[in-house]
Amino acid sequence: MTSAFKALAFAGALAVSTALSPAAFAAKTDITVGAQLEPPNLDPTSGAAGAIDTVTYSNIFEGLTRFGPDGSINPGLAESWSISDDGKVYTFNLRKGVKFHDGTDMTADDVKFSLERIGAEESTNAQKALYADIESVEVVDPHTVKVMLSKPNGSMLFNLAWGDAVIVAPETIANNATNPVGTGAFVFKDWVQGDRVELERNADYWGEPAKLEKVTFKFISDPNAAFAAVMAGDVDAFMPFPAPENLPQFAADPRFRVIAGSTEGETILSTNNKMPPLDNPKVREAIAHAIDRQAIIDGAMFGYGTPIGTHFAPHHPSYLDLTAQSNYDPEKAKALLAEAGHPDGFKTTLKLPPPSYARRGGEIIASQLRDIGIETEISNLEWAQWLEQVFKGKDYGLTIVSHTEPFDIGIYARPDYYFQYDNPEFQKIIEDLNNTADPEERDRLVKQAQKKIADDYVNGYLFQLANTGVVNAKLQGVWENAPTQAADMTAVYWED
Amino acid sequence: MTDMNVEPSLRMGVVLAALRTPSFMIGLVLTLVFLFAALLSFVWTPYDVTQLEIANKLKTPSATHWFGTDAFGRDIFSMVMIGARVSIAVALIAVGIGIVIGVPLGLLAAARHGTLLDEIVMRANDLVFAFPALLMAIMITAVFGPSAVNAIIAIGIFNIPVFARLSRGAALSLWQRDYVLAARVAGKGRTLISAEHILPNITNLLIVQGTIQFSLGILAEAGLAYVGLGTQPPLPSWGRMLSEAQTMIYIAPHLAIFPGLAIVFTVLGLNLMGDGLRDIFDPKLRRAR
Repeated sequence: MTSAFKALAFAGALAVSTALSPAAFAAKTDITVGAQLEPPNLDPTSGAAGAIDTVTYSNIFEGLTRFGPDGSINPGLAESWSISDDGKVYTFNLRKGVKFHDGTDMTADDVKFSLERIGAEESTNAQKALYADIESVEVVDPHTVKVMLSKPNGSMLFNLAWGDAVIVAPETIANNATNPVGTGAFVFKDWVQGDRVELERNADYWGEPAKLEKVTFKFISDPNAAFAAVMAGDVDAFMPFPAPENLPQFAADPRFRVIAGSTEGETILSTNNKMPPLDNPKVREAIAHAIDRQAIIDGAMFGYGTPIGTHFAPHHPSYLDLTAQSNYDPEKAKALLAEAGHPDGFKTTLKLPPPSYARRGGEIIASQLRDIGIETEISNLEWAQWLEQVFKGKDYGLTIVSHTEPFDIGIYARPDYYFQYDNPEFQKIIEDLNNTADPEERDRLVKQAQKKIADDYVNGYLFQLANTGVVNAKLQGVWENAPTQAADMTAVYWED
Repeated sequence: MTDMNVEPSLRMGVVLAALRTPSFMIGLVLTLVFLFAALLSFVWTPYDVTQLEIANKLKTPSATHWFGTDAFGRDIFSMVMIGARVSIAVALIAVGIGIVIGVPLGLLAAARHGTLLDEIVMRANDLVFAFPALLMAIMITAVFGPSAVNAIIAIGIFNIPVFARLSRGAALSLWQRDYVLAARVAGKGRTLISAEHILPNITNLLIVQGTIQFSLGILAEAGLAYVGLGTQPPLPSWGRMLSEAQTMIYIAPHLAIFPGLAIVFTVLGLNLMGDGLRDIFDPKLRRAR
């Protein structure tokens, strides 16, 4: 073979491969993401529903800071910041050239508007308390803004990363519920209520543009329909997947990849601390020892979940493993019940919201409690009834629910919260925590808080909800963990 | 149409007719199987259904667990047995409510035929009847909370107009009969006539309708339990077993198959029995065949 011929052959092969490449190597640029819950509206700054954040967080709306996939706090619309020595003044340097989807510039005025709006009297922000320390916001120049706090708050940068503190424009705020206008890498295109929300790539994005051209969120509430949709390829990802029992089947299928990351959801047996006999710490301790966490994880979650012994996420660096303090020991539980004056047990209610962790977990717990003599009357409630009776009305003995907000141990300092745990010592710990910015001191206080609620056996601590989902095996850049409720699509792409 | 006198010889005839009606016999056997399972479950089930054995979950049918185990490792055969008890109890009491309230209302309306009272009673019944039964059941459980008792009340209420209408219609034709006229001439009051002459003569009709309503009651209980409004855990119920099996149908189909079959066979059995009873009690129909 002459070298000339070789060169010719090479050129020919090259020509063929070049001719083929657009068809053969063009990666898909659109994605359909399945989700169980449809958001009631699309404005994360005025609604509590987590489903709003799933669709909008970081895709449409961005805040000054933002969560990374690992839960770290990264720069968002603020490229840098400095904190005064007394911890009361935060100076944010905003990115330049950031535009809202309607073409207007994002400036310090918008930041001032957004942050002041949270604290306003008529504000319906779901996390108002997180930003209560913000006293005033001052515009220094179009790209610098000063946030003045009434007292130091060590979690402020973290709080500002929540979907509730994203930056919105005063001109478009009125319509954000149905036509959200943000600064994110995707632009809102269409919302077919009851079916889907469509987003398109933002061509004028300030940062690295999204790799996907189109994102469709499809809402499928029925777990069977969700399963069928994934199997048929109608959706490319489903997170979180509502029925853990189907995950092994996806895992065995090479077309899919199963995700089992962490979430911020502490799943607990919430206990009405004011309702006799549950107001007796000995009784609550007995309940804690009657619970076999592993049986609940295996039976209700098909093995997905991490046991917890206090209200704190195990993947957090300050987590204290206190599961041994409430180990499964029915004999001890019976002895404790007798000590508390209930040797023959007692009756109470167990009101369960719809998720399968609650319904199935409830039946398992009822069986475990029956073993030590506690009879529970189970009632399965819809979310609206649960919120009305249990969460607002506090008319319950026991219930099971997952608290999915990140770093939410502070709820135990609210005596009017539905557990009705009223302990001044604990409230003091949280107050100190909120006033401390020093990382080491904060770590110590957080651990103290975890220990305190575990010592008081406020609730039964079951397991950390796993971020279980299923995605197409060729999909890259999907968040494994869920540090906040989000389906961040900005870094997602199809592998060739 | 059902005014035949129940004499000893005729009674024998009914029994013979029953034996010669295959649909009735099949229905009777099916019903008795479930009735027996339900009664037996009070004293014995193969396993304790309140005892969960997570390690033993989702086992397929075998010699130790005839119908396999569910997601909590409970024995499905035992659950179907107790489910039969729940279904039968709910349907039986609900039909009972329908008969105890509906029949006197119907008889009263017939006795006072054409009066304002008749109108009020029957229009009130129409009102209840016009309202979708399941919707009413959901309303009742939404207000008073989900429980077996509320399911019974809900299903019972929708049975009232069925029996009221039936007994009024049948009683009206009887009021024209000579023996009723004779009783009236003899000075008997309307209430006494209704109790002594009308009621015994519409009993056959009520039994047939009762059987059909009984099967509808079982379906309604399963439907309510399926949407989470009927019997609450830990008491097993066929409807709830089905709804819990739903997401596992691909990995453990036996979870849905057995309670599903139980519902099918009980309802089928009761319907066949009802059909057969109608054939047996209705001489005209029998002769026509």
